[in-house]
Amino acid sequence: MKNKQKSIWVFGDYRNYYQNRVTLQLLSRAVDLARAIHAEVCAVVVGHDIEEWIMEYTAHGADRILAIDHPTLTSYSTEHYLALMERLAGERNPDIILIGATDFGREFAPRLAKRLKTGLSADCVGLDITPEGLLVQTAPSFGGNMLAEIVTEKHRPQMATVRPGTFREIPHNYERTAIVERLPLPENLPVSGVRVVEYERAVQKEHIIENATVIVCGGRGMGNKNNFKKLDDLAGLLGGDVGATRPVVYAGWAGHEALVGQAGKHIKPKILFSFGISGAIQHTAGLGEANFIVAINKNPQATMMKMADVAVVADAADLLNHLIKELKKRIRE
Amino acid sequence: MLNIVVCIKQVPMVTELPWDEKTGTLRRDLAAGMMNPACKHAVEAALQLKKKYGAAITVLTMGPPAAEEVLREALAMGANRGILICDRMLAGSDTYATSFILAEAIKKEVSGCDLILCGAYTSDSETAQVGPQLAEELHLPAAAYAENLEITGRTLRVRRLVDHFRETLEMEFPALVTVSMERYEPRYASFDGLNRAFIETDIAILNAADLGITAAHLEAHGSRTRVRRVFIRKTQKENVIITGAAANAAGELLDRYQRTIGAVIGKSIEAKKKS
Repeated sequence: MKNKQKSIWVFGDYRNYYQNRVTLQLLSRAVDLARAIHAEVCAVVVGHDIEEWIMEYTAHGADRILAIDHPTLTSYSTEHYLALMERLAGERNPDIILIGATDFGREFAPRLAKRLKTGLSADCVGLDITPEGLLVQTAPSFGGNMLAEIVTEKHRPQMATVRPGTFREIPHNYERTAIVERLPLPENLPVSGVRVVEYERAVQKEHIIENATVIVCGGRGMGNKNNFKKLDDLAGLLGGDVGATRPVVYAGWAGHEALVGQAGKHIKPKILFSFGISGAIQHTAGLGEANFIVAINKNPQATMMKMADVAVVADAADLLNHLIKELKKRIRE
Repeated sequence: MLNIVVCIKQVPMVTELPWDEKTGTLRRDLAAGMMNPACKHAVEAALQLKKKYGAAITVLTMGPPAAEEVLREALAMGANRGILICDRMLAGSDTYATSFILAEAIKKEVSGCDLILCGAYTSDSETAQVGPQLAEELHLPAAAYAENLEITGRTLRVRRLVDHFRETLEMEFPALVTVSMERYEPRYASFDGLNRAFIETDIAILNAADLGITAAHLEAHGSRTRVRRVFIRKTQKENVIITGAAANAAGELLDRYQRTIGAVIGKSIEAKKKS
């Protein structure tokens, strides 16, 4: 008897541009993983008017598309999508299901895993596979300071949600073809217990500091509120956001939404400027994923200075003024 | 009167964590604990509902004996009753197992529960999975990341922000909601509250057997995932040190890292050549 074709599924999350990008990133990784275990890559697309996504996922590496297109599925309903995925996965037994760690994915995936009676790891930043087909899921914890390798040994499918931006999408190829299975909406789709009364695209918040690529953080070493406010200028020049430590927030130099650390935001900028921050653990707990750290402090022994890629020994407020002046002279588009 | 259960978790207060190398899990017994921040927001949400609509609030946690502290804190804030599930047999449970155990406790200990609140995620493992999985265990309608809750009769209205969409959802009790940290800024426990929490305590400490959970149950409903290895992200920082007068140091910083910084901001910061 022929062995069952192994299959890696990617759930098509496409509600907005950035969610769809995550789906494409997952397809890319799924293609690599599938090659290693001779599996097919299958994208599941449910919703209404979904031809666009069927085409796009084909162009980005899916070998098979399971599509359910129906007006009932117009709104993004977690419960409807759960019922459909539970059924599809139950019938076809995929080896792996990957879901983007979007807000939607992180609510949807745990419930799906529960229904499929299998394990799930959250917000993975790495996925690898053993020759036996065991998915090794690397998930961050404690603000990214620790990483854990997680496996689901005995249960299938193996499921993971994956952090946006972890993988790079492969360039589209509209010559590619996939087997597209257009499936009917099951007749006994349960009524959702959650009614969507209204929804609208949110006005982009000014401070989504978690998403900022450059963050300028200030601590007590800035001296006073006036000095601290100048961090806005530097952030403006660099297209970044301002973060703050707890003492600064308590002092009223910055709002609570700027608080970075254990009790506040966990940030993952490409570059972090840290002005006058000693580096108490309550603050550094939120910095686990800053790529490149520039610290400025009078005290070269400060923890933050030791953690930094570049440590500038100077009065933080003083250096800030010079840095702003220098950058204004230099920046060219 | 509403019957509300808030599931809370004690998390380690520090990030330098004692890990058990052998099992790959956290030695929670060695780390000082605090109530997970998002759970505190969930307790606050419950207290505000209590004030507005009247409610009995049960706080529920699972953990080592020390986790009783977070129950006392919640009682001091104004919750009515605490339940600690504490059993070595349950240690190291993943979200799949945890949600099963919490569901068993709610079914057994809280009759006629209208609303279950959880923090949207924890500051330690950050999975955000227990709430949604608990909803599945109890077959409840659910919503994650709630910012605002209103009740009309038996209908719960939830406002939330998900993936840049602002949504208003409605569901009928009983229901489960995970609370985000956007609103419901937690209150401090009052002195009276603290007194009460330590004198007239209503905390039940239950083990697996009390909940009717056997080894066979755990075989069927226990952890699905295993942590193979835990490691600290490698940070081989060069730790370049720049000293000198601030004006010069600022210039040197930009000179040395013009490529790094320029690439990220998408602009050139090369010094203009003097002509």
